[in-house]
Amino acid sequence: MNSIIEGRIFKFGDNVNSDVIIPGRYLIYIDRERLAQHAFEMLGDGFPDKLRGFEILVAGRNFGCGSAREQAATAIQGLGIKAVVACSFARTFYRNAINDGLPIVECPELYSAVQEGDEIRIDLAAGKIHRGAQEYSCPAMPDSVRKILELGGLAEYLKSQLRGVESAPVE
Amino acid sequence: MGATIAEKILAAKSGKSSVAPGEIVDAYPDLVMSHTATWRSASVMQRIGAKSLYDPDRLAIVLDHISPAKTEKYAADQQISRNFARAHGVQKFYDIDAGIAHLVLMEAGHVKPGDLIVGTDSHCTIYGSLGALGTGIGYTEVASVWITGKLWMKVPATIKIVLDGRFAGGVYAKDLMLYLIGKLGADGCSYKSVEFYGSSVPDLSVSERMTMTNLAMEMGVKCAFVPPDEKTAQYLENRLEKTAYRPVYADPDAVYEERIPVDLGELHPMVACPHEVENTKAIGVVAGTHIDQAFLGSCANAKYEDLVVAAGILKGRKIHPGVRLIVTPGSKQILLQAMNSGVLQTLIESGALVTNPGCGACAGDGGMLADGEVCLSTANRNFLGRMGSAKSQIYLSSPATLAASAIKGEIADPREFMN
Ligand code: SF4
Repeated sequence: MNSIIEGRIFKFGDNVNSDVIIPGRYLIYIDRERLAQHAFEMLGDGFPDKLRGFEILVAGRNFGCGSAREQAATAIQGLGIKAVVACSFARTFYRNAINDGLPIVECPELYSAVQEGDEIRIDLAAGKIHRGAQEYSCPAMPDSVRKILELGGLAEYLKSQLRGVESAPVE
Repeated sequence: MGATIAEKILAAKSGKSSVAPGEIVDAYPDLVMSHTATWRSASVMQRIGAKSLYDPDRLAIVLDHISPAKTEKYAADQQISRNFARAHGVQKFYDIDAGIAHLVLMEAGHVKPGDLIVGTDSHCTIYGSLGALGTGIGYTEVASVWITGKLWMKVPATIKIVLDGRFAGGVYAKDLMLYLIGKLGADGCSYKSVEFYGSSVPDLSVSERMTMTNLAMEMGVKCAFVPPDEKTAQYLENRLEKTAYRPVYADPDAVYEERIPVDLGELHPMVACPHEVENTKAIGVVAGTHIDQAFLGSCANAKYEDLVVAAGILKGRKIHPGVRLIVTPGSKQILLQAMNSGVLQTLIESGALVTNPGCGACAGDGGMLADGEVCLSTANRNFLGRMGSAKSQIYLSSPATLAASAIKGEIADPREFMN
């Protein structure tokens, strides 16, 4: 995985919970695309289709709170979203996102500075987010976590470990 | 410098003499719980290509959500879980008759003070009612712990909540928690450990402690504890050998990030309004809100004591003709106890539908809501669409408020029915 993620943002508010991200009745699926068809559908108003064409979600505090369901991260990936930037994340979502291969970044500064449709550029390794000439700092992702993301999630990471095949170090 | 309960447990389980908040350790859980999600972890394990478990005795599997299977797909998923348990010699396996995983594991004596327990469910925090560190993780990570025996964990800072005074009549642990969640917010204790202390704690039953540590999740905690005492020992008496566990206590000079005092005597019945648990109101503000359904269930408030409280109000009364009262006992043991004591009869005679033990309507298994319908529930979440239509509404309350409301057909103050 490249350390750089670029794209248009869609903006959510605070406390977006994992029941809203993917309702419990769809947890029978683990397939990305199938989950994505129902992501955020409880919000009505053209969701989830209106999220297609955005690459990055930007949210307020406590994104992914509530249920520990991992499919919340999977469904977001199924929509073609490449990263989530929030003021803060709920801890279960944070872990699940990494384990599912979805990059997440905490950056409270960015939230009020951007609008839906803005283009931003995230540098995971450097811990920087750019919007035009503006630069925002966020915690740089540790190499160990980037390695899990790079391989596409914890399952793939463990697979590589069990086979004893260490992947190339992250530059 | 002294250590908190979470710091001590995480140090012990990662082989260190001490740990500090913010430190990341590789910890080895004593128990890994997986519920209906078990088949997903099993399929991840298959994808990884791992053949054996780190220690089958550390696994506990309970089929609680959506049980018995309501579609062929659920049946197939449950079959995978059963076959997995059999193939790997998982002894702590409980099928669809047992009830909600959290309650079943505590009843069966699988949760010990001082344990580290992870599981595929956010409300694993409930194990802190017995002094164990419980926290939720996703199904992929559960598969990883099955195989490697460990996971990375960040040591949380700890908040102390000090409870003094006594609950007035009609006020319960659920009201305390709704009050706290409303005051502190859904992320008020994000990533933190919470320890409950104060002169009121010795009086709180283990059932109330379960409600407290369960609901603490809705303030974002990583884990929550009621330090083990006499009541804990009594609860464990017939479940575990005394020598089988060593309670873990915080040091007198442990460092707390914050201290939050609460006078229980000042609390009133509370209700969480749609669609966030932090949206809490005192009963007086929402009393009179029409309800279509009342759900007495979930790991938060479908324990025996909860059914007794509701039955106490419903005895000799009928629920409102416009209300469906669904009672889903938390476990088979609770169902049996309620059957033997006559509580079940009282509930049924009042007009309740009693379902099989398990998560039931809390997990969307039966009891779904249509457009415009309103449900009052004793569960721990009222998120948009959690029980059916996106145009339905869920309010949360204690079992007492629920019973009073079922009688009146609208949200009602339980104190009206208690003298
Ligand atoms: S009862 Fe509800 S909150 Fe508890 S484990 Fe089941 S679905 Fe989750």
